[in-house]
Amino acid sequence: MVNYRDMSIGELLALTPPGWGGALLNGLSLSLQVAGGGYLLGLLIGVAGAAGKLSGGPVTRDLLTCYTTIIRAVPELVLILMIYFGFPLALNQLLTTLGFGRVEVSAFAAGIVVIGLVQGAYATEVIRGAIRAIPRGQLEAAYAMGMSSFLTFRRITIPAMLPGAIPGLSNLWLIATKDTALLAVVGFTELTLASRQAAGATKHYLLFLGIAGLLYLFVSFISNRLFRTLERRVTPGERHA
Amino acid sequence: MPSFHLPPHRIVLLLIGLVIIGLMAINMRWDWIPAYRADILAGLRLTLVLLVTTSVAGFLLAVPLGLAQAAGPRPLAWLARGYCTLIRGTPLLLQLWLLYYGLGSLFPYLPGLRDSWLWPYLSEPWLYAFLALTLSFAGYEGEIMRGAFARVPKGELEAARSLGMHPLTTLRRIWLPRAVRRVLPTLNGELIIQLKATPLVATIAAVDMYAVFGRIRQETYIVYEPLLLMALLYLVLAGLITLAFHAVESRRSH
Repeated sequence: MVNYRDMSIGELLALTPPGWGGALLNGLSLSLQVAGGGYLLGLLIGVAGAAGKLSGGPVTRDLLTCYTTIIRAVPELVLILMIYFGFPLALNQLLTTLGFGRVEVSAFAAGIVVIGLVQGAYATEVIRGAIRAIPRGQLEAAYAMGMSSFLTFRRITIPAMLPGAIPGLSNLWLIATKDTALLAVVGFTELTLASRQAAGATKHYLLFLGIAGLLYLFVSFISNRLFRTLERRVTPGERHA
Repeated sequence: MPSFHLPPHRIVLLLIGLVIIGLMAINMRWDWIPAYRADILAGLRLTLVLLVTTSVAGFLLAVPLGLAQAAGPRPLAWLARGYCTLIRGTPLLLQLWLLYYGLGSLFPYLPGLRDSWLWPYLSEPWLYAFLALTLSFAGYEGEIMRGAFARVPKGELEAARSLGMHPLTTLRRIWLPRAVRRVLPTLNGELIIQLKATPLVATIAAVDMYAVFGRIRQETYIVYEPLLLMALLYLVLAGLITLAFHAVESRRSH
């Protein structure tokens, strides 16, 4: 047994055991990786979902509405349990019917899928709103010039919608980083669970949970700055201001 | 007469949905529901109580938070903004644990507290659940109230002042009602977000609906069915909140 009671704060936060600093940073890195992976997956779903909602057939639109409504109304904690236990089962059932062997789905991968599916529902709405705000004339002009729909999407739709979408997307990234904390309930050692383990072992609850809070604040501070720079970059006419 | 017309593809989708629900009802295990009906209803009631009380208390806190940021003296505005940043920048789960484990670990060191009448309340998880959810709602809503206060047209406030109205009367009669009317449409979404935040209290051993279903899963070893029913109940609650807001909105516009 390590005697944590007589250790100074510096010793408690040391990067190597018996200090818990390394465990916290490891948790932070896991949180950011899952948040980043989930965010990217969410963006992909969001772009596809927005495209489907705006120009898909009636069945596609209705199914997408079901997806976004259900995901946005059911608590993330419940979704995490459902996907965490359901996703590996569904995947393995699919693999065995196709004749492949079973695979182990890691907590890490399941976490990314959960965050990605949740983010995808919100990102669909953000991107759909931003695309609908583009003046129709710009898209019609692109078609009139003979651009294919993919080229129009890449050259006109994406650059024109980004200024409108970035505030919403930056908000979604902050939600993604905070949502990773929920993976603590399925035993994934991200920052929040790591800090609670450290707190429980050392009995310094306020110190370790407080440090974790500061790390989250730091992440959101840095993210805010990056997104603000990005927003200035993609907003036409303000680049040289 | 409003005509209710269903396009053909929706009828097909509805039929497919009904078939899936029917297959689930037949092929999955639902025999545990009668045994746990009372527990589920009790959990549902506590979830609703938590949702309503923390939203009301949080909103009452959000008004001064928004006002301080929009028009307060500088130190007060900074304090309010710092609070909102702190709440919005950290996960609610961490805030909840910080209050429950962090504050809770300090209380035993306060002399005399253990013997006082307060002690039984201080060791009750509901207190921390209420506190954390209220503070969080106030943080998010305070930011929204700031915008609402700032966007009330200046002319209306100046008109009130030129009529010789006391600043407090202006606040009560003009500023606050105008700002609150502005945030009402956003409250629907905020309430659903608050509803989705309530299951977190299960992590500090408060027995809400989520915790009840967790116990069912542990006791019956049934993995999916309780989760599905729980998701459905939350979906219905969110739907009811939205319906209630639509009813209020349409009554106001008539």
